[in-house]
Amino acid sequence: MSEVVFPEDFRYTKTHEWIKVTGKTGRVGLTHYAQDHLGEIVFVELPGVGQVLKQGDVFGVVESVKAVSDCYSPAAGKVTRVNDKVTDSPELVNQDPHGEGWLYEMELEGDGGVGNLMDAEAYDKFQAEAGTEH
Amino acid sequence: MAEPKKTPLYEMHVKYGGKIIDFGGWALPVQFPTGIIEEHRTTRTKAGLFDVSHMGEFRVTGKDPLGFIQKCVVNDIGRGVVGQCIYSPMCYPTGGVVDDLITYRLGEKEWLIVVNAANMEKDLAWMTDILSGFPGTTLVNESAETAELALQGPLAETILQKLTGTDLKSIAYYHLRDGVAVAGAETLVSRTGYTGEDGFEIFSAPEDAVPIWEAIMDVGKPLGLIPVGLGARDTLRFEACMPLYGQELDAERTPLEAGLDRFVSFDKGDYIGRDALLAQKEKGLERKLVGIEMIGRGIPRHGYRVLDAEGKRETGYVTTGSYCPSLEKNLGLAYVPVSMSGIGQKVNVDIRGKAVEAVVVRKPFYKRVRPTTG
Repeated sequence: MSEVVFPEDFRYTKTHEWIKVTGKTGRVGLTHYAQDHLGEIVFVELPGVGQVLKQGDVFGVVESVKAVSDCYSPAAGKVTRVNDKVTDSPELVNQDPHGEGWLYEMELEGDGGVGNLMDAEAYDKFQAEAGTEH
Repeated sequence: MAEPKKTPLYEMHVKYGGKIIDFGGWALPVQFPTGIIEEHRTTRTKAGLFDVSHMGEFRVTGKDPLGFIQKCVVNDIGRGVVGQCIYSPMCYPTGGVVDDLITYRLGEKEWLIVVNAANMEKDLAWMTDILSGFPGTTLVNESAETAELALQGPLAETILQKLTGTDLKSIAYYHLRDGVAVAGAETLVSRTGYTGEDGFEIFSAPEDAVPIWEAIMDVGKPLGLIPVGLGARDTLRFEACMPLYGQELDAERTPLEAGLDRFVSFDKGDYIGRDALLAQKEKGLERKLVGIEMIGRGIPRHGYRVLDAEGKRETGYVTTGSYCPSLEKNLGLAYVPVSMSGIGQKVNVDIRGKAVEAVVVRKPFYKRVRPTTG
């Protein structure tokens, strides 16, 4: 896993989700580390539009051939849009986790708690350490 | 926890970039960088090479190996001639399954029995106990002195033939040949496997395993051969509906419930479990193993509850479930009441608290098209 760049304008959770905030809207996805660790993703379950999530709530599930993993909302707010493309083509999460493989957008409640997440530099270090445990 | 054991092929797994996991005490690759889906599909369309050295091997010889094995297992191995392999469950007196295994008849009075790695110690204790009723018959655990590779897929014969002077076409399905020179090493080759494809299993001395692996990769790679890990081994056997001990089979279920009737003999004489199995057969089954296909969105997984057509009452449980790379469907094997086992029966699977619709479908999910000749 060399030369992966974690976007500077994203914020990251310890459970390997990312959020990109634009105004009041946050776009959420899984990190490169998460998708690489899971392997080939074959099923994605997304939250419903209108669903209200607290920071750290389970918003959905991703499944690889062998594993089922819960995904946790990086911020508090209301789901405004989901990426139907990943429902039909879950492999997008593997192919482009920080781009086309995004999962949902939310309208943040206040800052949604984004202030307490890791920045790219901190997450890069965090995931590098997590990677050596295995 | 103890350090997982390494097979003689461990260095190959590292060399080929395998993602090593602890599988029942063995350090084995769950996948290689190609990934489970590609490894699965390549085994179906070309060929895959597997390390199955963790399997257990017992050699049975002496005065009455036939009588001893017949007592242990439920299939009739007496009808197997020298050079033939026979699959059989081995049962408790209750009819529950101790393990499922393959017997290899090496001679008039000599067999090799290949058992599941996770059950090896249990089987050894169980069979050694039975052996006390057969003085002069011996069982030797050769697991540590035996390496085993599986070469599976439609190109398996073409690839292996490049490395041996033995005409592989002369080894029929579920037959074996001992003393086959593969890449200069002496091996036992059988036309068996756990993928639903044509292919071979190659038993050798541990020190020969790496040279054989590399020789097979050398001649096979240009034809598309890749190393395959445990992940695809499981999805391959699952699509072919071959049972896995601990999932479809265990001490609580009988081979009849698992749909293995054709491997249960009632006319070979007495054996352990016969009375219970016969009683169950005469009384009729209460539950049986079926195939299910998801209609709603979701993947059934081991241990998930199966609900009735209305999604209310619990009726059974999933033993194995997965996305199937060859069929591109989400399928499962499940124990359900016989009254709900008909093809086309609607059921539901409890997926994270939600009833998701599924339907009972025919098994096996995948069946290879056998060549009409050869």
